[in-house]
Amino acid sequence: MDNTILRTEALHAYYVLDVYGKQKILKAVNEVDLAIQEDEIYGIAGESGCGKTTLLKALAAAVEPPLRVMSGRVTYRIAGEDVDVATLTPEEKRKLRLEYIAYVPQGSMSVLNPVARIRDTYRDFIESHIGAHQKAEAYELAKEHLSELGLPLKILDAYPHQLSGGMRQRVTIALATLLKPRIIIGDEPTTALDVVVQRGVVQLLKDVQRKLQNTIILVTHDMGVHANIADRIGIMYAGKIVEEAPTEKIFGAPAHPYTQYLINSLPKFGDKTQRESVPGSPPSLANLPSGCPFHPRCPHAKDICKQEMPGFTQVEPKHRVACWLVGEGEHGKAA
Amino acid sequence: MEKLLEVENLTKTFTLGSVLSRVKITAVDNISFYIKPAEIFALAGESGCGKTTTARIIMGFEHATSGVIIHGGKKEAKNEKVWFTEGIQAIFQDPFGTFNPLRQVERYFFETIENYKLAKSKQEAIDRIDAKLRLVGLSHEDLAGKYPSEFSGGQLQRISIARALLTDPQLIIADEPVSMVDASLRMSIVNLFKKLRDELGVSVLYITHDLATAYYVCDRIAIMFRGKIAEMGTVEQVLMAPKHPYTQLLRASIPEADTAHRWQGEIKLTDTEEEEYLRQGCRFAGRCSHVMSICRTTPPPDFEVEGAQVACHLYAEQHID
Repeated sequence: MDNTILRTEALHAYYVLDVYGKQKILKAVNEVDLAIQEDEIYGIAGESGCGKTTLLKALAAAVEPPLRVMSGRVTYRIAGEDVDVATLTPEEKRKLRLEYIAYVPQGSMSVLNPVARIRDTYRDFIESHIGAHQKAEAYELAKEHLSELGLPLKILDAYPHQLSGGMRQRVTIALATLLKPRIIIGDEPTTALDVVVQRGVVQLLKDVQRKLQNTIILVTHDMGVHANIADRIGIMYAGKIVEEAPTEKIFGAPAHPYTQYLINSLPKFGDKTQRESVPGSPPSLANLPSGCPFHPRCPHAKDICKQEMPGFTQVEPKHRVACWLVGEGEHGKAA
Repeated sequence: MEKLLEVENLTKTFTLGSVLSRVKITAVDNISFYIKPAEIFALAGESGCGKTTTARIIMGFEHATSGVIIHGGKKEAKNEKVWFTEGIQAIFQDPFGTFNPLRQVERYFFETIENYKLAKSKQEAIDRIDAKLRLVGLSHEDLAGKYPSEFSGGQLQRISIARALLTDPQLIIADEPVSMVDASLRMSIVNLFKKLRDELGVSVLYITHDLATAYYVCDRIAIMFRGKIAEMGTVEQVLMAPKHPYTQLLRASIPEADTAHRWQGEIKLTDTEEEEYLRQGCRFAGRCSHVMSICRTTPPPDFEVEGAQVACHLYAEQHID
């Protein structure tokens, strides 16, 4: 059975900028096909400036100029029907947010209102999405929700600055999951946190997912977090997904040279052998190399890599790679 | 044993709040450690543990409340002016914040040369700059006439290191040098520190929260917790067989890039940091799973356990069964 809840088809999302009268185009999302399943944690990994955050914006239907969807589409499966997000009105999109799709950003301090108590932020959320409630009723709902997630109730009376970074991030997650959304999108939700706190936040995300049986799309550059939480991982490079596989495969048998570098450069405890970074620097999205965008940094580059972008080759069921070394490939659709 | 830099009983207290409601926070609480020549020493811990404050005191940006720093036989008593810079250079966390975006990168090199009078002619200066840049895999031509925006974060961080090397320092203080560099480029910076240690005999004080890179690059490590050193020893001792319950928690919380070692069990977090700073006795007592009554009243002294230094009551002799 097809359990796809969110699908993108040949999605192209570019930033169209006007720099001193000259048009500049940043190809941040360049032909991305994804099929994200229900009840799955899907990880997206890649270095900064590879288009991860832009892809999330397109997935969350939060595309605003200068970002434009040039072609392709994003569809949600809502109540058994596929809905193209481009056809939704702003009001419909507003309703979908939080109830169907929720977003957990990186900097929790810039999300919570610094002059409102957490309790009031909760009330705003509840009022705007469930309708005008009594103050007391909203408070009860918030209390119930927090105790379900195992967070202390005293934080409701605190201001954001009185909470630690980890607690703030957990409050943001709690807010995002208040209406039990089917999809939660996390953009580096643990990046600015300490390791112990990070583990607590990831723990909460996992708990929520287990309870709601919903989908989490998690973007982070920290491969360790991916290894711990994701079911499937897509590796993104210069606006494209270059490899996609179940987590065990990405770490155990990476097929794309970029993924191999990424995995092999990670330091491990108990192993002091020399590690190497990916050579060179990431390309600029405004001026992508021809063919496969990784070819200037790839030690195995062949002539064809400089001319043509490879399509996906299915290495195994659920494991696809876009690399000439692995196979000719066709522009394969997402599994 | 020869010691390049020695820190003895260093303490730094900050006062928070207004005149009427003062709270004293001891950011660095009576810590002592030393760095040997040609050694990479890590000062690791979570944010707010005092590692950066310690580095700032060593660099002279901050004055210690008490304690001494000994470098090259010279002592710095408290509240004296900055007394040394030669021999110690620093690299900071944010490569984009290090350089003025409107200033050519090479100006920083010429400025350092002028300040320390390292060259007699322009050609000599360029030769020196080029030699140092080659150590980090760049050359003067790559830099000439360019602005910081023309480099990636990883390149700028390498340029920072080359600039620090101009004075032929014995010690480089690197404050979170890779935390803002992409994971795919981190190793190029970290490998550089190894190369500097092995080829030039430079010591590095590596301040980080990333224990995995610390394990990879460092010789010895001190784990700080709320202003105190919880555990200190070689990376093998401290990270492969952690003794202090806090180090054990920290070590277990690192997400390992290995699907075979996923996290097991649940952990407990604190709500506020202040609570732990103001705690009597051991500051980890509130979260420790081995907590005893003595932990809540008396701060633990340092015990020597299998070669490592551990500040935990569990290792007091009467408790070893």
